[in-house]
Amino acid sequence: MGEVLAQAWAVARKDLVLEFRTRTALVSAVVFAALVLTVFNFGRDPTAVPTIDLAPTILWVTFTFAAMLAMNRAFQLELENQALEGLLASPLSRTGLYWGKLVANLVFVAVVEAVGLPLFVLFFDVPVGRVLAPLVGVIALATLGFVAVGTLFSALVMRTRFAELLLVVILLPFLVPPLIGAVQVTARLFGGRPLSESVGYLKLLAAYDIVFVSLASFLFRFTVDE
Amino acid sequence: MSLAHKGRWITMVGLVCLAGVYVRALAFTPVERLQGPAQKIFYLHVPAALWTEAAMILVGLAGIFYLFLKDPRLDRFAAASAEVGTVFAIIVLTTGPIWGKPIWGTWWTWDARLTSTLFLFFLYVGYLLVRGAVRDPGVRARYAAVLGICGLCLVPFIHLSVFLFRTLHPQPIIVKPSAPSLPGSMLATWLFSLVAFSLLYVGFVTQRYAVGDTDHA
Repeated sequence: MGEVLAQAWAVARKDLVLEFRTRTALVSAVVFAALVLTVFNFGRDPTAVPTIDLAPTILWVTFTFAAMLAMNRAFQLELENQALEGLLASPLSRTGLYWGKLVANLVFVAVVEAVGLPLFVLFFDVPVGRVLAPLVGVIALATLGFVAVGTLFSALVMRTRFAELLLVVILLPFLVPPLIGAVQVTARLFGGRPLSESVGYLKLLAAYDIVFVSLASFLFRFTVDE
Repeated sequence: MSLAHKGRWITMVGLVCLAGVYVRALAFTPVERLQGPAQKIFYLHVPAALWTEAAMILVGLAGIFYLFLKDPRLDRFAAASAEVGTVFAIIVLTTGPIWGKPIWGTWWTWDARLTSTLFLFFLYVGYLLVRGAVRDPGVRARYAAVLGICGLCLVPFIHLSVFLFRTLHPQPIIVKPSAPSLPGSMLATWLFSLVAFSLLYVGFVTQRYAVGDTDHA
C-alpha cells in the first residue's frame, strides 16, 4: 500500500511539475472557466430571473465544462514521444499510475475551481461568505467523483479516433448523478437552508465517490495494458 | 437450425404476442378511469423501460465476465444487448411523450425519471460510439467491458437521484416493494406484454449475435 502511494505521488509530481512549468493547459482551463462565466452573464435576463436562482447552475456548468477540458490533458500528454510506453514499462503498478493521474487531475481541477469560485462570486454577487466551508466541501465531493470517472475514461479513449469528442460524450452521462447532487446542495446552501436538508444528496455524492474511485482503480489496468 | 434462424423465430413469436397484447389491451382490458385510453400505452412503455435497464445490466455483467474469461462470445453478446437496449430506450422515449401530451399537457418535462432515461439512452449511444471508434477486436472488447461495467454501476445512482428528486412521473405501481396496485385484468395484460417484450429482446439479441458471429468469422 505504502509503495503504491509512493508511486502515485511520483506520477502526480511528474505531471504537476510539467504542468506548472509550461502552464499552457492550466491557464487555458482557467481562462475557459472565466469565459463560460462571462457567457452566462449575457445568456440570462437579470430583470426576469434573480441571480440567486441561477447561481448553482452557473457554478456547476462552469466547473463541469472546465473539469472535462482538464481530463483530456491527462493522457494526451503521455502520447507524445510514446511517453506512455515508458510509464507502462517502468515497474509502476497500474493502481499507482491511476492514483497518480487522479491526484494530478484533482490538483489541476482544484486550481481552476479556486480561481473560478471567486470570479463567480464577483460576477454574480452571490453571498457565499457564511456557507463557504460547506460549499467547499460539496465542491470537493463532487469534483472527486467527476475526476475519478474522467481520469479512467480519458485513459480509455486516448488511443481512439476523435478522443476529445468521444470523452465528452461518454463522460457526461456519468457526471449527471453527482451534478444533480451538487446543484441541489448548492441551491440549498445559497438559499440559507440548514445543511440537514441536504443529507440525502450528500450521501449520494459520497457513495458515488466511493464506488467510482474503487471501481476506476480496479478497471484502470484494462484500459492501458496491451 | 442456425442461430440467426432461431433468433428470427423467437422474434416472430414475440411480434405475434405483441399483436396479441394490442388486441387484449384495446378490447379486453378496462379503460382507466382518470387517464382514459392514454393509459393503454403503459402496456408498451413499462415493459420496454424494464428491458432498457435490464439490457444495460446484462451489458455490464457480460463486461465483468469478459474481463475474467476473455471469451469473445461475451463481448459479442454485450454488443448485441447494447444495440437492442438502445432500440428499447428509443421506444420508451417515444411512447413516454405520446402519453405525456394528453396527461401532463406537455411532450417533455425535465422530470428526474425522464432525464435519467434520456441519460441511459446517451450511455448506450456513448457505448456504441466507443465500440465504433476502436478497430482492434481485442482492445474494443476490453474498452467496451470497462465502459459497460461503469454503466452497470451508474444505473443504481440514476435511480437514487430519481427518488431524491421531486417527480411528476407516476410512481411504480407494479415493480415496487409492496403488492402491485392495479386490477387483475390490467396486471394480466401487462404481464403478457412483458412476456412479448422479453421474447423480442431475446429474439433481437440472438439475431444480432448471429450477425456478429459471421462478422468475426
